[in-house]
Amino acid sequence: MAGPRDPQGTSMTPIQFASLARFLKERSGLVLGEDKRYLAEARLGPVARSRGVASLGALVDLLARGGDLDLAQAVTEAMTTNETYFFRDGAPFQRLTEEVLPKLIAARAAEKRLRFWSAACSSGQEAYSLAMLLAERSHLLKDWRVEIVATDLSSDVVNRAKEGLFSQFEVQRGLPIKLLLKHFVQEGDRWRIEPALRQQVQFRTLNLLRDFSSLGRFDVVFCRNVLIYFDDVAKADVLERLSRQIAPDGALVLGAAETTIGLTTSFQPSPGRGGVHYRVPEKTERPVIAAAALAADRPPLSVVGSAGWR
Amino acid sequence: MKHCLVVDDSSVIRKVARRILESHEMRISEAENGQSALALCKQAMPDGILLDWNMPVMDGFDFLSELRSLPGGDMPKVVFCTTENDVAHITRAMRAGADEYVMKPFDSEIIASKFAEVGLL
Repeated sequence: MAGPRDPQGTSMTPIQFASLARFLKERSGLVLGEDKRYLAEARLGPVARSRGVASLGALVDLLARGGDLDLAQAVTEAMTTNETYFFRDGAPFQRLTEEVLPKLIAARAAEKRLRFWSAACSSGQEAYSLAMLLAERSHLLKDWRVEIVATDLSSDVVNRAKEGLFSQFEVQRGLPIKLLLKHFVQEGDRWRIEPALRQQVQFRTLNLLRDFSSLGRFDVVFCRNVLIYFDDVAKADVLERLSRQIAPDGALVLGAAETTIGLTTSFQPSPGRGGVHYRVPEKTERPVIAAAALAADRPPLSVVGSAGWR
Repeated sequence: MKHCLVVDDSSVIRKVARRILESHEMRISEAENGQSALALCKQAMPDGILLDWNMPVMDGFDFLSELRSLPGGDMPKVVFCTTENDVAHITRAMRAGADEYVMKPFDSEIIASKFAEVGLL
């Protein structure tokens, strides 16, 4: 509770901090080390205040009691990072345009269908970048059925993404002015994505640690700058399940600082920039989740219990 | 080292832009209006120009039209940087030969993003 030694009420006891770290790990895969204590205090302070809870410690105690789904969601959303911008990092989209897409268009010439997934889509910039990139190549995809699914753990950012409304700052980060003029409509000092592109993307809330097999099979999955927040067991688990959702000749695009090496043999990193990883043919696949779990001396994430947090 | 000309009647904006672009290892020249900028371009054509729209003596739009008619004037990448943030102004600038467009206020990420877009970073 807030007091003379902690007037802002931002401190947590070691037990409360461990409790918060366990909650975040089980609910979202986020690894919260002691070095991130300041981040938890900065981001959860406003959550405590908005709920009239006197201190961060009291908020964590409330969370540990379970049953308050809104609070659990608010804490998770406050602790997840939603940094994103249009055509982020450039290279992944260049590789998609020059290498991945031409191969897939040739391979799918008969069925004329392509599916993309922007996993951890945040406020939608990545999914809309894909939609614009594909729209610019519409002459190659005439009469094709092209789907873009975009998901995120946070319902707040998914709702923002569905709106498709961006600030002047957001539309200037990574988005060429010609694409802004072509695909957005100005509304005061904000810009809204055109309805045709908005309708091409299906946004939904989804936790990557839960079963996502119902989403179906994809040709390309963008899952960038998410796995860096997970421990190795969670990374291996998500990668293994992603491999089952990606077509045998499909691709996974990871963030620049992310790798599959040592986590799964289901993907082969493609040389060059852009984080492109291709599926490895089934016969050589050797899941390493069990080995990773053994190394960590605990069961795979999919069977870790989370009693008290649901 | 790429050479960029920053054209703006505000010394504050020129200073901020200089700092951002120098952090990306660009060499910077400054001009406070279109006429001074044109004189500098006639001496040595820069690789890039960060260009304000509303300036005394000669505005950015007139400068761009003059620049593009000079020998070698089609070479510099021109990034407008202005408070004129409506579609009509942006469209007019692009038709006149601008390569990119920054809507003020800006930050270092936006400037870097736009200069990367035109191949200067």
